[in-house]
Amino acid sequence: MEWETVIGLEIHTQLATQSKIFSGASTAYGAEPNTQACAVDLGLPGVLPVLNEEAVRMAVIFGMAIEAHIAPYSVFARKNYFYPDLPKGYQISQMDHPIVGQGHLDIEVEGVTKRIGITRAHLEEDAGKSLHESFHGLTGIDLNRAGTPLLEIVSEPDMRSAKEAVAYMRKLHELVRYLGICDGNMQEGSFRCDANVSVRPKGQQAFGTRAEIKNINSFKFVEKAINHEIERQIELIENGGKVVQETRLYDSVKDETRSMRSKEEANDYRYFPDPDLLPVLIDKAFKAQIKANLPELPQAKKLRFKTDYQLDEESATILTTSRPLADYFEATLKASQSEPRLCANWITGDLSAALNKAGLEITDSLISDERLAGLLKRISDNTISGKIAKQVFEVLWQSPATADEIIAEQGLKQITDTGAIEAIIDKIIADNQGQVEQYRSGKDKVFAFFVGQVMKEMKGKANPAEVNKLLKNKLQG
Amino acid sequence: MHTKSLTELAQGLRSGEFSSVELTQHFLKRIKQYHDLNTYITVTEEIALQNAIAADARLASGQGAALTGIPMAQKDIFCTLDIKTSCGSKMLDNFIAPYNATVVEKFNQAGAVLLGKLNMDEFAMGSSNETSYYGAVKNPWNINTVPGGSSGGSGAAVASRLASCATGTDTGGSIRQPAAHCGITGLKPTYGRVSRYGMIAYASSLDQGGPMARSAEDAAILLQTMAGFDPKDSTSVDLSVPDYSAGLNNSLAGLKIGLPKEFFSTDLNSDMAATLKTAINEYRKLGAEIKEVSMPNLKLAIPAYYVIAPAECSANLSRFDGVRFGYRCENPVDLTDLYTRSRGEGFGKEVKRRILMGTYALSTGYYDAYYVKAQKIRRLISDDFKNALTEVDVIMGPVTPTPAFGIGEKIADPIEMYLSDIYTIAINLAGLPALSIPAGFINDLPVGLQIIGNYFTEDRLLNIAHQYQQVTDWHQHTPKGFE
Repeated sequence: MEWETVIGLEIHTQLATQSKIFSGASTAYGAEPNTQACAVDLGLPGVLPVLNEEAVRMAVIFGMAIEAHIAPYSVFARKNYFYPDLPKGYQISQMDHPIVGQGHLDIEVEGVTKRIGITRAHLEEDAGKSLHESFHGLTGIDLNRAGTPLLEIVSEPDMRSAKEAVAYMRKLHELVRYLGICDGNMQEGSFRCDANVSVRPKGQQAFGTRAEIKNINSFKFVEKAINHEIERQIELIENGGKVVQETRLYDSVKDETRSMRSKEEANDYRYFPDPDLLPVLIDKAFKAQIKANLPELPQAKKLRFKTDYQLDEESATILTTSRPLADYFEATLKASQSEPRLCANWITGDLSAALNKAGLEITDSLISDERLAGLLKRISDNTISGKIAKQVFEVLWQSPATADEIIAEQGLKQITDTGAIEAIIDKIIADNQGQVEQYRSGKDKVFAFFVGQVMKEMKGKANPAEVNKLLKNKLQG
Repeated sequence: MHTKSLTELAQGLRSGEFSSVELTQHFLKRIKQYHDLNTYITVTEEIALQNAIAADARLASGQGAALTGIPMAQKDIFCTLDIKTSCGSKMLDNFIAPYNATVVEKFNQAGAVLLGKLNMDEFAMGSSNETSYYGAVKNPWNINTVPGGSSGGSGAAVASRLASCATGTDTGGSIRQPAAHCGITGLKPTYGRVSRYGMIAYASSLDQGGPMARSAEDAAILLQTMAGFDPKDSTSVDLSVPDYSAGLNNSLAGLKIGLPKEFFSTDLNSDMAATLKTAINEYRKLGAEIKEVSMPNLKLAIPAYYVIAPAECSANLSRFDGVRFGYRCENPVDLTDLYTRSRGEGFGKEVKRRILMGTYALSTGYYDAYYVKAQKIRRLISDDFKNALTEVDVIMGPVTPTPAFGIGEKIADPIEMYLSDIYTIAINLAGLPALSIPAGFINDLPVGLQIIGNYFTEDRLLNIAHQYQQVTDWHQHTPKGFE
């Protein structure tokens, strides 16, 4: 039988606020355990939450970016369950009235664009962490993360393959970073994914029973976990079994998912509106102010790059995958006043290759936009040739010097003085009469030999166009 | 010294008649002397004397506020830095708060002297102070009767002059009912008037701190210190605080008083009805007009309250899990054991009962039938008050069905106990301000008159209470043996 997969994702993005969602404690990652947990985060008796407006602002920014309905009235609710790293015994979340309603995100898989529905996005606080290692059979609790703002983004079950799920996740990852609302650091847990997976016979309308795979924190693992789960479900059904609704954990080491708890064992969270917090009211003025400051979104940016800079589809796509990369491109372009395609080629070519090799992000590039612009300027004004530029680039990557300093120091300035080039050409023609004869008798290929000789003699610094022109004249005699 | 009003005490301190240290020592002595009433959970003798020394210095330099140097006490529900805050529970018997509640902070800034932390029903759940882990408080008017609850320690301490005044909290009547039973003046402010930060939550949408004092005049001074917007409490209201003492002497001529027929039905004890009638008659003499009003949904207040309050408490008390603070059971074998035994052993019976009721009411399949329905009823009750308060300025009625009942009389019957708050609970559901003032005696036990006003009209309520206290002396009576 042919099977169809149905996938919906719930993605927890940690909002990049300075302080926590309901307290003034810092959200910075990596501090000593429990040093960034104040009385409110510890859930001490008598403390009260106060909503961080910045978190609301970021949620609204996201809502606008996915063209969603922004709820004028949203409500925080308590989700009740006991766990040692959940200090209050309930998590403050949103249930019936989320801040962001229905929206969508377009993804591309193998050249085909598909629209994925987003059901909702709601604000909530993160829990702390249980540390099971190094406590000799005991569990340590670190509440630094408790109260960190999260935006949980819930998709419609619109994805039909692990590839689509990954494309959606990547697109969302790119978007939240673009918007500056999440640092996207998956290792630190800033962007986490739960996947709801089910299968059904192709053509069937009704959904199959789904399993939820919890807490997958890399694109690679999402794809693997989903594919593994699809296989497991199909095999189970084809062997006469039944998928049960349950929560499963993905084990990246063994590459398998295993049952965590069944529906029957699931908690009754007893949601109810949190009486400590007032409903969040969002008026037109607040929305208008956010809209006015909304950063340019990837799609719009790509289109602008294509029309304004005449970039091809591929370059425009690559340059707009992240806001820092796009910003780098535009800054370099502005500083160098170079031809946009030249600038794009250097960034998507040599620079990207160097970054990849070093495992660096554009924000950590060893060549700043200004220094790259310095190089492009010299290419544009013919001070150096493209080939020499590659040499200069190597040095730029390894030293803090500017392109001009490197060119001067190493004497790489291109020779455009026709007299100097002519003298060399004359010498080479005189030394290679045999080849001259060959050329004159119609062997055009020999021309390259002469170019090579001239360049070698001039250590690559001759202007190639000038060399070509002069050589042609001289050889024709 | 303990018979003086707050204004008289402030004058005495300023005129040099007595120092704050002397005054404080005097109250500390009385607290020891009447220890058997069990009004205090913690007496902060050292801190009180330090506060008094600081207050004397402040007064000597010609500075100081209305409460500077005046010995008072806090209900043990307000967190106090470095001082045990038990909330009347074994669960928090070992809990030393690392911070001050906003209310406590305000009293500290005013220079008040903290005598100690007052007994209360466990987690403010009770109407008799019998659910306290620290034992029942005795009513100074008759030591075999309860002082009311949950602010029973506050009521009894102020009535027996073991503190010049005190704070209380009121979720369903917990200031007004003990004030009535102890013959003092207690005000539950409008929800949002006084910060709840640092006040250990029972039912967050109903809890409100307020003053418990000897007179409306004293209560006005206390409320002045307690009231105001607090950025740490999202439900506190950002509204300017009027001068509560300024309008105390305003005339009551033309005041429209509403008497809900539902309050004065045949169910009301005839002695009670007669006492209240006499009190209301005083108001007629002061120029007020009396009018009957109707609030048909009042009868639904108790069932609605006993869904909403337990539901909120079931979540509010989840943090007491034995993990980070408070009571932890001995040698837990695993996490579930830690939770169940810490909570099972740390909480008393009434608290457990309410957590269970609330958990049930919020469970899947019951939420709509209980919680959502109760919220609808709450709205209906609020509307009843809103409607009535368009016709009249204030509403008057009983605070309690009877005067103080005997210790042990109702504790075994929760429903009977819950009915003690039948006249007070609706006001919390509506979030309105209301106060209780002494209005007479039945069998030598004090009776309270309840006055309910519109939102943020505490100043008017205090004025109305004060005018009554100018023409009556019920609030001046002192229980025998405590003069």
